[in-house]
Amino acid sequence: MDGNLNALTTVFTEFYYWVTVVFMFLIHVGFCMYEVGASRRRNHLHTLMKNTMLIPLVTITFFFFGWWIYWAFPNGPFIYEGLGINWDAGEANLPWSETMSTNLGDRITGVFWAAFLLFSWTAASIVSGAVIERIRSGAFWIHAVLIGSVFWIIDAAWGWHYDGWMVKLLGYHDAYASGVIHAIAGGYALGVLVVLGPRLGKFAADGTPRDIPPHNVWMVTIGLFMIYTGFWGFYAACNVPIISPELIGGQITGEVWTATNIYLAPTTLGAITFNFLMSLSGGLLMAYVVSKGDAFWTYSGGLAGVITASAGNDLYHPIQAMIVGGIGTWCVYKLHFIVERKFKIDDAVGAVAVHGYAGFIGLVICGFLLWGAPASPFEGYATISPWGQLAGAIIMFGVLGFLPAFIVSKIMAAMGMLRVPEEVELLGLDFSTEEAYENAIADVQAAEKSMA
Amino acid sequence: MSTNGLDSWAVDLKDVGAIYPFQGSEVLMVIIAVALWIVWHIVQLKNENKEIEYEKQHNHRKENIEHGVDRY
Repeated sequence: MDGNLNALTTVFTEFYYWVTVVFMFLIHVGFCMYEVGASRRRNHLHTLMKNTMLIPLVTITFFFFGWWIYWAFPNGPFIYEGLGINWDAGEANLPWSETMSTNLGDRITGVFWAAFLLFSWTAASIVSGAVIERIRSGAFWIHAVLIGSVFWIIDAAWGWHYDGWMVKLLGYHDAYASGVIHAIAGGYALGVLVVLGPRLGKFAADGTPRDIPPHNVWMVTIGLFMIYTGFWGFYAACNVPIISPELIGGQITGEVWTATNIYLAPTTLGAITFNFLMSLSGGLLMAYVVSKGDAFWTYSGGLAGVITASAGNDLYHPIQAMIVGGIGTWCVYKLHFIVERKFKIDDAVGAVAVHGYAGFIGLVICGFLLWGAPASPFEGYATISPWGQLAGAIIMFGVLGFLPAFIVSKIMAAMGMLRVPEEVELLGLDFSTEEAYENAIADVQAAEKSMA
Repeated sequence: MSTNGLDSWAVDLKDVGAIYPFQGSEVLMVIIAVALWIVWHIVQLKNENKEIEYEKQHNHRKENIEHGVDRY
């Protein structure tokens, strides 16, 4: 680091991303609380461990190959300019690279890697909630690695990278990850759910869906509050905190340093603070009315509001963000129940709707609201358009989300490793653990009483 | 000589890069770590199968199910 200003900027950026990682940890705490609250007592431990163990599995695999994918795949493979794999950019991010380690010559890679990694956990965790109370843990953890360390990071390379082919050719714009995290995770969850099937008792013999209420509404709501809190870190992590036009190297003239989105296009932390809160509010207000005050859906609606507006929240006016959040939330609520009734999809926490449909709709709305705006500060890139955003939404939700999940789930189902047997599902997934727990208590109590 | 190539901090930091021990064995470490990851999945799947078989064969009694369902 030569020069004090350069050193200060580097250390500030290092610390900035580090703080976002700490905040984003709360998203996972929230998801765990939310899922356990939504599950029934006989499935608590299974539900908790299913979500917890995705942390180490996605972390190590993101170290092994996920981070390399992000840097090597912006144009491929086989999509843009031949093979389309950027070996040079990928090399510094291979697991055996010196920059992927304790290295005084590189202060950014570790925290930047971790910020992306926490997105990976979120993507896998979104899927986790939808499939509770009947999926085998081993099957879910394979899915977690696939969504967390393969498919979401491919979509990030394509559509959430300053050099991504979707940004260049489609003008794809998704500043705070409506599509690259939420639509893909929602689509992936749907792909698993179609094969996995509903929980026992979810649908009556005539096909009418039954409500399976959370066993603890307070845990669910506090969990969602935690997710809201962690979302601040998520938003901040989507920005480059400060960078000079010279370093960006695009078409921006002058010497004014700025914050940028992931595409290196200017925005401000103030803008996204306005828009995060206004879209959250739009979602909460709409969800409360449309769900007639249902706590579960009101909180989820807040999330849906933010997720719908996220694609364009770097540029929207706060009132636009509020209205977009409200519209998205109305669609999400209606679609969840239509799909549940018509296709018998048992999405235990509404993840497909809140993340998948909201993300998809948000991308399309962004295409209209920001029609013609530059997607990138670099020359020759397509501008933002409704068709570019629609194509992007289909790629995120369908091609990289639903399709691989459906295929892998079909293979798992054929091998008998996707779902727990019916009798075990009825008994409760924690039966063995609880039996051992109760036996241990009885044993120690008997031992102590014998000493009296 | 030390395991990480540093014998003291009397150095100009601009000349210092990696400071972890056993530099040069990164590929080997990755191979070992990937193998451990795959073995973890195999062991976990076997354990889960055993647990499910146990629950199916030894604990499938109506009162157990009713107890679990009633707890909600």
